[in-house]
Amino acid sequence: MRIEARHVSFRYGERLPWVLKDRSVSLEEGERVGLTGPSGCGKSTLVRLLAGYLKPTEGEILLDGKPLPQKQVSPVQLIYQHPEKAINPRWKMKKVLQESGMYREEVMTALGIEKDWLERYPRELSGGELQRFCVARSLFQGTKFLLADEMSTMLDVITQAQIWNLMLKEVDERGLGLLVVTHNKELAKRVCTRVISLGS
Amino acid sequence: MNLAASERRISGIGKERFFLNRRARLAVWTGILFAALAGVWLAGVLIGGGQVAADFSAKGLAPSLAHPFGTDMLGRDMLIRTVKGLSVSIVVGTVASGVSAVIALIVGIAAAAGISWLDHLMNWLIDLVMGIPHTVLLILISFACGKGLKGVLIGVAVTHWTGLARIIRSEVLQIRSQQYIAVSRKLGHSGRWITVHHILPHMVPQFLIGLILLFPHAIMHESSLTFLGFGLPPEQPAIGIILSEAMKYISVGKWWLAFFPGLMLVILVLLFDRLGENLKKLLDPYSVHE
Repeated sequence: MRIEARHVSFRYGERLPWVLKDRSVSLEEGERVGLTGPSGCGKSTLVRLLAGYLKPTEGEILLDGKPLPQKQVSPVQLIYQHPEKAINPRWKMKKVLQESGMYREEVMTALGIEKDWLERYPRELSGGELQRFCVARSLFQGTKFLLADEMSTMLDVITQAQIWNLMLKEVDERGLGLLVVTHNKELAKRVCTRVISLGS
Repeated sequence: MNLAASERRISGIGKERFFLNRRARLAVWTGILFAALAGVWLAGVLIGGGQVAADFSAKGLAPSLAHPFGTDMLGRDMLIRTVKGLSVSIVVGTVASGVSAVIALIVGIAAAAGISWLDHLMNWLIDLVMGIPHTVLLILISFACGKGLKGVLIGVAVTHWTGLARIIRSEVLQIRSQQYIAVSRKLGHSGRWITVHHILPHMVPQFLIGLILLFPHAIMHESSLTFLGFGLPPEQPAIGIILSEAMKYISVGKWWLAFFPGLMLVILVLLFDRLGENLKKLLDPYSVHE
């Protein structure tokens, strides 16, 4: 499979300046691509467009030449920078995994999720622990692409290393396409096979 | 988690724990409040009509041991009348505010469903009900439904939901803009699933607070309708009737006719308020471990 943004332009309102202008990016299944650039150059907007959270003002987002599915489970999953915002604070962690049908032994072992955490509420876990749940719930059968929007930026270096090791192992085993948005050039070099630099 | 709790956890290994934590105490306290309210209601239901019969040999007595709340000008015991009246008030209050709150929840969620015409329709409906003077609307509905308990219940229930509906609408709009809702959608969940699993649980505190705030309103409007003669029939020992009767005798010094029933009404409202506050603390995830 292949996901691509074809001549995509985007702005948040009629009179607001363009965030992205005529951008084209593509990502193959099994490929690991980094996306770097200065703050405000539209990295996050681009991944949100690719994941289908936003609609491009001009141009199109294509998955194998077809538009993204709107109502079903999306094969393109986005992992956010702040896991605590991406998890319902009223849910126990078990329910977070059940929501995507990923309440499964092998997924939890693969991502180092401890049994003990499942009965807790999100505010009782640390950012790194929460981020593992965010990754876990995105890794269901139909997932082909993972877009990581600065997913390790708010974690300390040790936790970053842990989560990337777990993540890369899963991505390799499943042959997923990975798009990594980051400010950290070293991380991009280490993790990715190819780096796209956004911004002029 | 506070320090004491973690200390207790460490030292509590292998020992039996006697102390209930704050949450358990709150639960017990909530149970007691609920039992007290249910007790008043039940007492009112169980007291037979014979107990409130007129006895002209004992009319207008001041509070004494035999009649702690005194007697009225027909010689009826005020304690029994008050309990019966409160019982009616509890029924009117809970049913009317319960129905009102449910209407508010449905209207609020429907308005925030993201469908433009529905939002406009619901807002128009809220403005419409809010725009008509409250008492006039209550009198009209109560009168049209044949007065009595039924008329009052329907009248109060269908006029009190507007404020809460607006609050719930804005809350739902705020929750809908959260990231986890967007994620849930990308995980293939339908709007209905998201409403039931993500949004409704977030509405519980608003719903309960709304319910509590509606309760005194409901009782006040029940009494005011009754006072004006459009509500409960005069032979029913409702607090509204007791208070409006007592108005006539206050100038001749029969203070107990208004004082005790009024005081009991205030206590009843406060009990409901406490009950709701406790429930809120028990259900709120931010205080779940206290």
